[in-house]
Amino acid sequence: MAVVFEPTKGLLDVPTHYCPGCTHGIIHRLVAESLEELGVIDKTIGVAPVGCSVLAYNYFACDMHEAAHGRAPAVATGIKRSLPDSVVFTYQGDGDLAAIGTAEIVHAAARGEKITTIFVNNCIYGMTGGQMAPTTLPGQVTETSPYGRDVKLQGHPIRVSEMLSTLDGAVYVERVSVDSVANVLKAKKAIKKAFELQIEGKGFTFVEVLSICPTNWGLSPRESIKWLQDNMIPYYPLGVKKDITQQEVK
Amino acid sequence: MAEKVLMKGNEAIGEAAIQAGCQCFFGYPITPQTEVAAYMSRRMPKIGRVFLQAESEVAAINMVYGAAGSGVRVMTSSSSPGVSLKQEGISYIAGAELPCVIINIVRGGPGLGGIQPAQSDYFQATKGGGHGDYRLVVYAPSSVQEMVDLIQDAFDVADIYRNPVMVMGDGMLGQMMEPVEFKEREAKQLPSKADWAATGLHGRKEHHVINSLFLQPEELEKHNEKLQKKYAEIEKNEVKYEMYNCDGDLDIVLVSYGTVSRICKNVIKMLAKEGLKVGLIRPITLWPFPKKAFEEVVDRTKYGFLSVELSCGQMVEDIELSVKGRKPVNFFGRSGGMVPSPTEIANKVKEIAGGAR
Ligand SMILES: Cc1ncc(C[n+]2csc(CCOP(=O)(O)OP(=O)(O)O)c2C)c(N)n1
Ligand code: SF4
Repeated sequence: MAVVFEPTKGLLDVPTHYCPGCTHGIIHRLVAESLEELGVIDKTIGVAPVGCSVLAYNYFACDMHEAAHGRAPAVATGIKRSLPDSVVFTYQGDGDLAAIGTAEIVHAAARGEKITTIFVNNCIYGMTGGQMAPTTLPGQVTETSPYGRDVKLQGHPIRVSEMLSTLDGAVYVERVSVDSVANVLKAKKAIKKAFELQIEGKGFTFVEVLSICPTNWGLSPRESIKWLQDNMIPYYPLGVKKDITQQEVK
Repeated sequence: MAEKVLMKGNEAIGEAAIQAGCQCFFGYPITPQTEVAAYMSRRMPKIGRVFLQAESEVAAINMVYGAAGSGVRVMTSSSSPGVSLKQEGISYIAGAELPCVIINIVRGGPGLGGIQPAQSDYFQATKGGGHGDYRLVVYAPSSVQEMVDLIQDAFDVADIYRNPVMVMGDGMLGQMMEPVEFKEREAKQLPSKADWAATGLHGRKEHHVINSLFLQPEELEKHNEKLQKKYAEIEKNEVKYEMYNCDGDLDIVLVSYGTVSRICKNVIKMLAKEGLKVGLIRPITLWPFPKKAFEEVVDRTKYGFLSVELSCGQMVEDIELSVKGRKPVNFFGRSGGMVPSPTEIANKVKEIAGGAR
């Protein structure tokens, strides 16, 4: 009998704590598969954030660090500079990366740290129970924007990928989504490419993944997927924001 | 034996760390310790090691966390306002039990304070600073030579106990030039990092996780108890202090650390001429505090103790806890970057001893 699907060696065989329908699990799998296919699990060190994926260090099979809220890119910098032959990634939510950790991510990108950041954008603070994030959409209702995000009062969402793509140290920046099979496959390709470019020593690579939070959005998983497609993708357009390998070809 | 060289304190800090095998240095500019980073930026790349100027002290200490978790010797350096920013990271480093060395060349506070020498970070260094039940080993050298020796000790002690170690100097120590000798040190038998460092599996079966999160209360309590046991061990083994002129019957014992303790020694000589017998306890570790030094003199000291500080009495309670009410504990200090003159201190001693003789 042909094996069509099996667990990836990049993840440990343990149950995760994610809510039913949450797409964090899919994104973990894509990262783990990429590391396995590239044959680098053995020399990879991951950095988990503070957020729903704080326990990612229990799931990934490689060595892991658990960072303080927002500091993962600085921690990853310390690791990569100490062990330059290793593969280093951070896995961060949008509160972690785009609010409290803005300085760390911008400067890691600007320095061209040879690390890969997986940025999980679900427009909300998941772990603390659904507060407004820097990525929360205009009008979106959250626990701390109960009347809907009013951009006059609470400012505008940050399009992190577009922002980071302006930095010379960032060599590859792409926004993907895990709302459909086709998009999951594209996301996998992007994540794998990001790691490949890191391994080639090109510079900082970044993949933003649009993700759902059914629990704090107050929607079923199926409704959440539709909400992502109807609201998030128009505001956060998918695609490659920067790819120096393409620029080189031109 | 290595020869003596004339060196500025801040540069000697850098060289001491290099000689101790520091592989990575992460810093952010702040007066009065900027020369440490400048020295490291010149030297480290030349010997194949890492110097990186971070975007903030917050980032620098988190880089230290990453490097320490990777199993390399790592140091950061800053001054008071910058060390405040590092407290979050220091707490995580202590919680995750990682070895590293943190330099604080203290300037006056609170707030932006000033840029002149002070000792006003005593509480921050010895009583926590960041959140949680943790301890830092804190060294307080009084000369450039001692600073160099203690930095090299600091790396060893950090590795032995898997704990952050702070070397705290006042601004004067960073700026003054003194002859130093980088002594050949005998190789210490240090515990291997292979059983915990997150270096990549490289064939290892169990993955290593650098972490300070324990969501189960039972687990966190167990972790805290383990830390406390370690701190008790440090208190037993690592206390360092100097006793100066403490033989026989004493009128007063000064308690002072860092560069002010040098002024105190002059005061003691001055007062001896006036017939006052004054001793000095100089804590070299601020934590663990040298409580036992007080046991040695408390019964022979007539008028009690005088804490002499470049701060507003922050060391007094540790002295009181050591003296346990058996003798009075007095205080004299200047702050904000002001340094006391020997006469000022001498006058305070005479006042306590019941007027000049
Ligand atoms: C310094 C600090 N501030 C606040 C918190 C509380 N906190 C924990 S998770 C979190 C938000 C995480 O949200 P996000 O990064 O969007 O990730 P998600 O949970 O949505 O995956 C916050 C604010 C903390 N742990 N540390
Ligand atoms: S709270 Fe939201 S982001 Fe967190 S696990 Fe649940 S669904 Fe996922």
